[in-house]
Amino acid sequence: MSRGQSTGRDIVVLTDNDRYLGLMLKQGWAEKLDKSAIPNIKNLIDVQKHPSFDPNRDYTLPWQSGMTGIAYNKTLTDPVLSIDDLFGNPKLKGKITCLNDIGDAMTLVMLSNGDDPAHVTDKTWNAAFNRIKQASDSGQIRSFTGNDYGPPLARGDLSAAMSWSGDIPQLASPHIVWNVPKDGGAIWTDNMLIPKGGDVYTASVYMNYVYDPKVQGLMEAGDPSRNIVGIYYIPPVKGAGVWAKKFNPPVGSNPLIFPSTETLNKMHLFDNAALNNEKYLTQWNNLISG
Amino acid sequence: MLWLAIFFVVPLGYLAYQSLESGNVDFGYAFTWAWGNYWTAIRDYRTQFIRSIEFAGIATVIAFVVSYPVAYWIAFRGGRWKNLLLLCIIAPFFVTYLIRTLAWETILSDHGFVVRTLGNLHLLGVLGQNGHILSTGTAVVAGITYNFLPFMALPLYVSLEQIDPRLIEAAEDLYANKIRAFLRVTFPLSLPGVVAGTLLTFIPAAGDFINAQLLGGTQNHMIGNVIQSKFLELSDYPSAAAMSFILMGAILAFVAIYAFVVGTEQLTGTAL
Repeated sequence: MSRGQSTGRDIVVLTDNDRYLGLMLKQGWAEKLDKSAIPNIKNLIDVQKHPSFDPNRDYTLPWQSGMTGIAYNKTLTDPVLSIDDLFGNPKLKGKITCLNDIGDAMTLVMLSNGDDPAHVTDKTWNAAFNRIKQASDSGQIRSFTGNDYGPPLARGDLSAAMSWSGDIPQLASPHIVWNVPKDGGAIWTDNMLIPKGGDVYTASVYMNYVYDPKVQGLMEAGDPSRNIVGIYYIPPVKGAGVWAKKFNPPVGSNPLIFPSTETLNKMHLFDNAALNNEKYLTQWNNLISG
Repeated sequence: MLWLAIFFVVPLGYLAYQSLESGNVDFGYAFTWAWGNYWTAIRDYRTQFIRSIEFAGIATVIAFVVSYPVAYWIAFRGGRWKNLLLLCIIAPFFVTYLIRTLAWETILSDHGFVVRTLGNLHLLGVLGQNGHILSTGTAVVAGITYNFLPFMALPLYVSLEQIDPRLIEAAEDLYANKIRAFLRVTFPLSLPGVVAGTLLTFIPAAGDFINAQLLGGTQNHMIGNVIQSKFLELSDYPSAAAMSFILMGAILAFVAIYAFVVGTEQLTGTAL
């Protein structure tokens, strides 16, 4: 891409708590959206309209969002409602996992420390980093994971885990409870963008299609009568919930997929500058591949 | 030769070039003879290098101890079931590597049979950590041993199968007891298989990262995991390339020492 060559892709999806989304926009490696082909852009929810990395949504559109919090198996442990409990409760020693994603893990721990994850300083970084490292060295944290914590949690190998909201409905286990930690949770959004050299019109037409509330509702909730499984993350499209309820009522009213405003107000974003800080990234990667 | 040039020398040359670059993903990388990449890699990731060699070494030894009797039995006692028994060894290979490794997550699960048995035998404290086997070095070694076992068993079988049974009979005729005949005749003749098997197991095992990722915990990562995360997560290509070279160098050195100790003719099988 740095040579201006096409990658052969028309749409890529990058998450806003990862360094690459900002990097691609900064380097000019994205094509401008053809908004004339996306009339459905009017359905974009208000909170997503003006993100800092793309204030007018000229280059990106949200694909799905998700929340980061704590999941626990209620047959094995008392409710785990805070990072203090997750990292500090001796009964959970060796029975919990931490996410290997820097933005998610750090946001939760910084909130628990009483620091602001949206403005990271060396001091707040070190405090949060050392806390995770200590929990890892002591054996409290069993491993750092992507979304592979799900099966062990459902099986009972894990009592609790730092967890993404969308994974829990997918597990469909009645014993697993997901909650926003006492001190707040993290929210992240995967964004679609057209890499340089991609087919702008085709990509825009596709984006328009998924921004149709009926299509989005089906994508989200699936339709058991047609054997379609939903993606169970949080849709960025107004009116998707109404359709989701028609296609698959229990999923359409699941608060993990259609969270209340009250829940969303407890969500925080991680500092984008910290995501591009080489020192932090290296330190983090050394920790998770220890 | 052309094949070797295209698929081996060229990529390797490029990797060597990359390992001497400096820069970062924001501004691109430039070739600067950055030998520092190598020193930094050794300084910062010594633990993972040593752990890789250690895990691969233990797995190779266990695989050998398990496979030798099996290969021996199939070669000399298998009779008309030989092919079927060999198929049983290879059968797991019909399932993808990832699924086989994930199956070990279930086998070693905290409430599973293995962990319960080890608990009853009071071995859990030795092999596990806080009452679990999964997410420990033991689980990683178990996964590697299992995944690479056929690489050990098949060469062993081939060299054992080629031994002329009359040689063993002759040894016995010369008043060697069974153990002596095995140690003086069978085992030396199977050495090419032992060497091939240990190398085929050790080399890929040292560079493995799937087992450590899926079965290991926070303190059990191997150098493969670091290389993977440097390449794919951090896009720090120069360090990753340098580490690949160090690993390759370490393995080559190991093979050289090994060959020196057991004698090069065993490597090529000319002893037969």
